[in-house]
Amino acid sequence: MAAPKAKETPAVDTRPLPEGGVWITAARRAAQARLAETGLPQRRDEYWKFTRPDELIDPKPPRAALFRGDVPEVFGTVDRLRLVFVDGVFDREASDDLALEWVRIERLSDVSAQDIHWARDLYGTLEARGQNPVPRPLAALNTAQAREGVLIHVTGRAPRPIHLVYVHESEVSDAMLHHCIRLEEGAELTLFETGPAAARFNKVMEVDLAARATFHHLRIQGPDHERRAITHIFARLAQEAVFKTFTLTVNGVLTRNECVIEMAGDDASAHVAGAAIGGGNFHHDDTVFITHDALRGESRQVFKKVLSNGATGVFQGKILVKPDAQKTDGYQISQSLLLDEDSQFLAKPELEIHADDVACSHGSTSGAIDEDALYYLRSRGIPEPIATDLLVISFLAEAVAEIADERLREEIIGHFEAWLERRHG
Amino acid sequence: MLEIKNLHVDLEEEDKAILKGVTLSVEAGKVHAIMGPNGSGKSTLSYVLSGRDGYRVTEGSATLDGADLLAMEPEERAAAGLFLAFQYPVEIPGVGNMTFLRTAVNAQRKARGEAEISAADFLKLVREKAKALRIDAEMLKRPVNVGFSGGEKKRNEILQMAMLEPRMCILDETDSGLDVDAMKLVADGVNALRDEGRGFLVITHYQRLLDHIVPDVVHIMADGRIVKSGGPELALEVEKNGYADIVTEMA
Repeated sequence: MAAPKAKETPAVDTRPLPEGGVWITAARRAAQARLAETGLPQRRDEYWKFTRPDELIDPKPPRAALFRGDVPEVFGTVDRLRLVFVDGVFDREASDDLALEWVRIERLSDVSAQDIHWARDLYGTLEARGQNPVPRPLAALNTAQAREGVLIHVTGRAPRPIHLVYVHESEVSDAMLHHCIRLEEGAELTLFETGPAAARFNKVMEVDLAARATFHHLRIQGPDHERRAITHIFARLAQEAVFKTFTLTVNGVLTRNECVIEMAGDDASAHVAGAAIGGGNFHHDDTVFITHDALRGESRQVFKKVLSNGATGVFQGKILVKPDAQKTDGYQISQSLLLDEDSQFLAKPELEIHADDVACSHGSTSGAIDEDALYYLRSRGIPEPIATDLLVISFLAEAVAEIADERLREEIIGHFEAWLERRHG
Repeated sequence: MLEIKNLHVDLEEEDKAILKGVTLSVEAGKVHAIMGPNGSGKSTLSYVLSGRDGYRVTEGSATLDGADLLAMEPEERAAAGLFLAFQYPVEIPGVGNMTFLRTAVNAQRKARGEAEISAADFLKLVREKAKALRIDAEMLKRPVNVGFSGGEKKRNEILQMAMLEPRMCILDETDSGLDVDAMKLVADGVNALRDEGRGFLVITHYQRLLDHIVPDVVHIMADGRIVKSGGPELALEVEKNGYADIVTEMA
């Protein structure tokens, strides 16, 4: 059988920029110029070697069937401030009041007409910095084209987490959101993101942490299977800032989550973790780039993927240690559990170290279900599918353990176990 | 209750015969012990009965209450009432001991067409059984066998046995790696389960476990066969003279 001919994909984006005030128009124009320089990602690009960008750059998004199932909302037991987006469009009715002590929450569409705004210094700034040394054209595209998003400015300890709920209701939706989050000195915020969002979703989140600020991010993607998503997190950490992100992904034919972190201040700490599970045409890509540019930075990357029936998992993770970033402590592990021989895991761990007094390690493994453990569980009367689920939970545990808050950890595990159970019907 | 007839078993990978015609019958209410030198096939027998992969039965049969064990999946054997206490219990990181126990108890109930145990009843039951084995709440919360000492692992096996209430219990070298106190605790746990409806097959290399779990019948296994059977005194003979005499005498 002849291989299908590669579809012609556009090299540039020709859409006109959205209308807006002075600051955002300047940011959008700059992003458009960045994009014009790099062009859209192409199959031949080294950085897109394992993930085909075609469906992410096609002018028309591929159709995505909606997930019909009664899924209880995650974090339902947590007192939180909810903002709901349906296919990328803000749903005022379904959302809470945007009032939270120590926190100013605004929508990009509300402030983009203004000529001046605090987000001027952030919007597109970290994204632009993240284009070097590896271009991230779809993030520039987002900065240029996104009309909606949330701008969050935190000056103290946020009393409740903010929850961005992404509802998917249209089979042909093509959503773009651009969030900017700035935590001032010592400020604290926990952010949740859940839901499939759209048939195709392009999201950028820029997170700027001042000294001693703490930002926790928990995200759940899925369970819609046919959706496509490209997401970018750009974070900059000042002195002693703490950044922790965890993502659970179930299903999805194409997901690429990029996380670009700049350790700009001394003694900062960044933890990036992900657990993903899918089968069939599931394709999941975690691409991480952490730059240590200050003393005694600590970074961890922990990624686990469970793949079955021909699914593909990708991990591209890099730790770059600049010459002056002495005493850097960098750790990276990426592992896959392959439930059959048709699935594959492609990992590209990279260390680039220019300082001489650092501790950096990385590891990557692919393995099958442990037959001894499976036999042990089955010998206790646990049927094979359920025993396999327990071993999946066991495998993902190390990534889930990266969630610092025990209650939130339990919430995520509970949600995941319920999903596994529903899958067996 | 457990009937093993002329069981011949090969190791699949090496095409090597391990069991060469084992015949054994364990009646309800009785404790049988199998002793034998290393490599005699004792552990293989326990694996084959519980359904571990990697073995090929070439001849013979094994039934539990008349049901053909060898035709069942491991989980079906468990639901039928067979339990193996492992020589090397497996560590399952990230899965709580309680979750594991509850999943096992409910899976067996479901397989037998019984209703699932309520969370409250389960908790009460597991606490009561754990207490007798000196397993504390912390140990129940921890991931299955992870970071457990040798003695804790074996006690955890007996706890599973107590929770699952099997008809037929096989203990594979349960005494290995245990000091005297730990062994006594495990033996007490086993003895508490002894009753008229339940059979035991205790596999051990040394006689000392049998001081605490006193068997009705002792079998000596060598080179894949049972070469001698007798009363508890046979275990004492092994202790005194070693296996060499018996094995040579029978050869």
